[in-house]
Order: sequence, then structure tokens, then C-alpha cells
Amino acid sequence: MAEGGGIRGEYRVRRTLGDVVFNSVVDFFDGLFRPIQALIGSKRMPYVFVLPNLLVFVIFILIPMILNFSYAFTGGQQFFLADRTPVGGDNFAHLFDCGNFLDPNTCREDTFWIAMFNTVWFVVLQVGALVVVSLGTALVLNQKVKARAFFRSVFFYPVLLSPVVVALIWRWILQNDGLLNALIVAFGGERLPFLVSVGWTRFWVVFISVWSQMGFYTLILLAGLQSIPTELYEASSIDGANRWQAFRRITLPLLMPTMLVVLVLSVIRAVQSFDIVYAFSNGGPGTATTFMVQYIFNTAFMPPNQYGLAAAASLVLASILLILTLIQLRVGRQSELA
Amino acid sequence: MGAIGKFLGRTHGKRGPDWADYVTYLYLILGTVLMFGPVMWLVTSSFKQQSDLLRFPPRLLPYRQEMVEVSGYDEPLPLYVVVFEDGTTRELARVRRVGIEGHHVDPANPEEIIKVNINQTTPVEQVVFSFDNYIRGIERFNFLRYFVNTVTVTAVATALTLLVNSMAAFALSKYQFRGRNSIFVLMISTLLVPLSVILIPLLLTIRSVGWFDSLIGVIIPSIATPTGVFLLRQYMLTIPDELLESARLDGASEWRIYLQVILPLARPALAVLAIFSVMWRWNDFLWPLIVLQSSEYKTLQVGLSSFSGELQTQWDTLLAMTVLTLLPVTVVFAFLQKYITTGIATTGMK
Repeated sequence: MAEGGGIRGEYRVRRTLGDVVFNSVVDFFDGLFRPIQALIGSKRMPYVFVLPNLLVFVIFILIPMILNFSYAFTGGQQFFLADRTPVGGDNFAHLFDCGNFLDPNTCREDTFWIAMFNTVWFVVLQVGALVVVSLGTALVLNQKVKARAFFRSVFFYPVLLSPVVVALIWRWILQNDGLLNALIVAFGGERLPFLVSVGWTRFWVVFISVWSQMGFYTLILLAGLQSIPTELYEASSIDGANRWQAFRRITLPLLMPTMLVVLVLSVIRAVQSFDIVYAFSNGGPGTATTFMVQYIFNTAFMPPNQYGLAAAASLVLASILLILTLIQLRVGRQSELA
Repeated sequence: MGAIGKFLGRTHGKRGPDWADYVTYLYLILGTVLMFGPVMWLVTSSFKQQSDLLRFPPRLLPYRQEMVEVSGYDEPLPLYVVVFEDGTTRELARVRRVGIEGHHVDPANPEEIIKVNINQTTPVEQVVFSFDNYIRGIERFNFLRYFVNTVTVTAVATALTLLVNSMAAFALSKYQFRGRNSIFVLMISTLLVPLSVILIPLLLTIRSVGWFDSLIGVIIPSIATPTGVFLLRQYMLTIPDELLESARLDGASEWRIYLQVILPLARPALAVLAIFSVMWRWNDFLWPLIVLQSSEYKTLQVGLSSFSGELQTQWDTLLAMTVLTLLPVTVVFAFLQKYITTGIATTGMK
């Protein structure tokens, strides 16, 4: 089948050991499923095929979604729902008990609001940087460059590294005696407290997540760029348009749908940032890089295990994600109409 | 320089290189350094000895001091180049150091002690990629157990993902049945419910079925991925229905059609999903971190993270273990990068 797929391959007589094994597996399952088909009729077989997937969806996504509400409206440190006491909207009242919503210090659950504000600046900075860097790289790679496939892989490689690995790589470089400080000292500077100071840690959290994700968005944008017909550029250069005008009038408008996809995906991911930050700074120093998911994680799974509060925060996060998706769907439809 | 200029210039034909070409290649070279450099630095560092790791400023390559056996001394002694006042240099072994004074012996003549200021000595070193950190790490870090756990999770979850998702995609693409559209919309809409917002109730489900702190509790919730169903369904829609019809005329059961007609034809899409599933499961962190508690069930990512969170970060072994953790993904990428990059460009999934 590797050679071209296609229907003809089906009739080629080829029996390798793999085929023999595969055929006996097919026969085995066929014997298993034939009675089912005889029983319910071939018209109902699709239900059998969707059943496993549907079961996993229902048990591990749908039911938990509903149970989340039960947690959000109950209190106490007990994990199992039967042991928990109903508290009505107390968890939400607790979260939203604020003197001034713009100042986390006036809130009863101040870490929630700190996490909220941290998430806001993180999303703005990270998505902004990500879009700019990915677009720039995609534009560069879209030119006639030598070894484009190689450079595309270069920028993509960090995407495949696990968050923990990414965090450790950068902690090793940024530590007090690390490579970056050595370079700074070599050029006559002073060592900088990259992993200790609030400002630097925040900077590096943004930098590292851009570093590890940009290759993914570059690929998507590059695919978008390559779908723009080259005739448009030829026509514009005949009409005397310069590079900037071609970019402004052809590339940007035609890339808009792809940009939107990138924006949707990157915002939704940035709002949920957890693992790189957890392994890099664990939300610190203090709460300087504690974001929403980390707040939920800490509140639920660190003593004193306030599951109700964490579930309420999850629902707030879920509504934010839902609103973001709806806004972006709306914007997407408008840009399509325009 | 002229040759490079000519090489770059070819991109713009006869006009020769213009500023945009230089900017392009400068950007790409800087990008390569920034993307690969950190990983290369990790790899070379992982071969360094403890003393070399603590050194500031660090050196690019791992070095090891040469040691010599000297008769009369039980342990091998470190070798130094000593520069004497009269300008002569000799290679001597250091017996001990007293303040700023080093006591040395000539390996050829171990009786005589030569006392020299340590400023006049430099260690004799050579580049050695030592696997000590790896060996120590594998012993101390329980690497093999974590590795086996991670491979188990990745392999089983990927196999189940392919099976379960392709079955659903088959039904959703090749049959007309009541509720088909609602089921499809339901599956796709779960994309809006990320793991991070259902952590607690999902843990409750897992604990209720008795899968807490076990590998199966990590595997099962991950196998029904909406992106997988979507990708496979879109691909299966392109398979002509006539093939199914003729198979039915030949008396094949629906299940046999799925296994022997649909699956072989959907192989390219299955391959893309398989590669992605392997990457996802190998790198999974948040959910395993919550479910896996005891050390014997931890995956590499969780083990690595708890090891790095210990009070005193033991960089020597940690670096080596990090390299071992990223190695499989790197190998997979090196061989399958074409599928991965085109797979993403066409489906936009991650």
C-alpha cells in the first residue's frame, strides 16, 4: 500500500508475515462481530463503531463537565461528592469578594485575581510576540531560500520537546552560573538574576513559551502564504507596486483567515498555560508567574485541597474560553464576509 | 566571501544579492543558533564532570584532567604543566595542595617533591565525553522504570487511539444513521472543553473506577481525541462508496469492510495521527502529574519534574536524564519530519 495507495493495490497478491498476522486478526474479530451484525442488522452497525469513542467521551469528558458544577456548589476538603456539603454559591461569592476588582490585594481570594491578571498580561504579550515572530519567520521561509525544508525543521524542532525538557534546558542556561550570564560577563557586563527577579522571570516565561511554540504557528502561516497565487504578485509588480505595497495589499488580506486560526489557537492555549511554567518557575517567585490553571491546580491538589473553590475557578476559566471562542468565531465570519 | 555572495545571489537571478537576501540568511542563521543552540548546550553539558559543571565561565566542550599512576601512590594523580622561573616547563603530577603551594612529583622520578606556586601550574586536560552522568543518573533516578512506563503509556494509548478513533470516523463518514450529525457535533465540541477545566471531576471519575495511581488511568481518558476523529473522517470521506458496496456484494461483514477495505486505504491519515499521538503521549504532563503518585508508576516527564524540584538541583544527573528524555522524540522527528510538518500544515492540529 505504501506505493501510491489506490485501489489496484488491493488486488496485488502479496503475503508477508504481517499480512498473515493481520488476516488472522481480521478473521478473529470478524467471528466476534458477525453475530452482533446478525443480531442488530447491518443498518445499526455504525452505532457499534461509534460506541467505544462515545463511551470514552461521555465518561471522561461529558460527565466530568457536569460533575464540575457539583464541586463548584459544594464545600469542604472531602474529595468524594457524597461527603461534601452543599454551600450554594458560596465558592463564587468567595472568588468574587473584592473591594476593587482592579486591585487583587483588596480581594478575599487574592491569588485568584493575581492569577487572573498574570494570565491577562501573559496572553497579551505571549500571543503578540508569537504572532509577530511566527509571521516574520513564515515570510522569510516563504522566499526562495536554499534548504527551506531544513530551516523549517529547525524552527519546528522545539515544538516537539516536552514542556519539562524545555523548562530544564532554559533553567540550565539562565541559572546564575549559566551560559547566558557567562556571555554577559564576557562582554563586560554584570550577572543578571534571571531566575530570581520578578521581572526577569516573567520575561523568560513569555520568551520560552514563544520559543517552544513558534515553529507550530510558523508552519500554519507558511501553508497559508503558499496558498496565495503567485500571479497576484507578478501582476502587482507589473503595475509597479513595491514590496511593502505587495505585502500590505496582497499578503496581509489574503493571509487574514490563517492569521485568525493562529490567533484562536494561540490565545486558547495561552490562557491555559501550565506545564512549561510549572517546570520553569512553579509560578514564582512568589506568585509572579502563577496563571489560572496553576491556581486551579494548587488550590485543588495542594493542602488544604479546596476542591470547591478550584472547581468554581475552573468554571470561570471555562466561561472565559467559551467567550473567547465565540468572539473569534464572530470575528472570523465578519472577515469572511468583508 | 565572493563565493558566498554569488551563492546567495542566485536567488535573485542576474541582479546579484540585494539587502533582503542578506537579511533573510542572517535571520535564518540566528534562528538556527537560537533554536538548536540551547539543546546543543544541554547535550554537551551533560557529558561534563561535576567540577566542570560548577565552573564559571563554563567551557563549550567537556574536559577531563589527565591522571597518571605514580608508583608509591595508591590513587592516580592529576597531571599539571608547570612553568618554572627560568622558563622551562615540565609535566608533573600533583600530590597535594597546601595553600597556594602545590606539591608535585615527576612521574618518572616519584621520590623528589617539587613545590611550586599554583599560579605557575595549569591542568593537563583533554576533551572527553564522559558517560558518568548517564550511568549515575540511570542508577539513582530510576530511569529504566520511568522509561518503561512512558513507553507503555505511549504505545498502548496510541494503539487504542487509532482503533477507537478510526472506528468512529468510519461510522461517521460511511453510514447514514439517526443521530450521526449530533454525535459528530458532540465530539467536535469537546474541543472546547480542555482538560484544564475538568481536572477535579475527571480525577473523581478515575478514582471511582479504581484507576487512580495507575497507568491505565493516564491512558484511557486520552484515547478519544476529537482532532483524531475529525482528521480520519475527512480522509475517509474521500474513499469511494463503491468499494464498500462491492465488498458487501462479496459477502463481507461491516467489520471486515472496516478492517480490510477502509483501514488499509486510510493508512496515510492513520500514520499522521499515530505520529501525533506518540508525540502527545510522550510529552504529556499535567494529567500524569495528577494521576500518578507512587514512584513506580511515574512517567519520564513527571519523574524528571519531581527530580528537578528537589531541594538541591543535581544538575549532573538531571542534564543527562533530560537528554535521554528528548532523545526518542528527536529521533522520531529526524526520520519523520516530512510527515509531521505536512501533517500540521494540512490539518492544523497539535
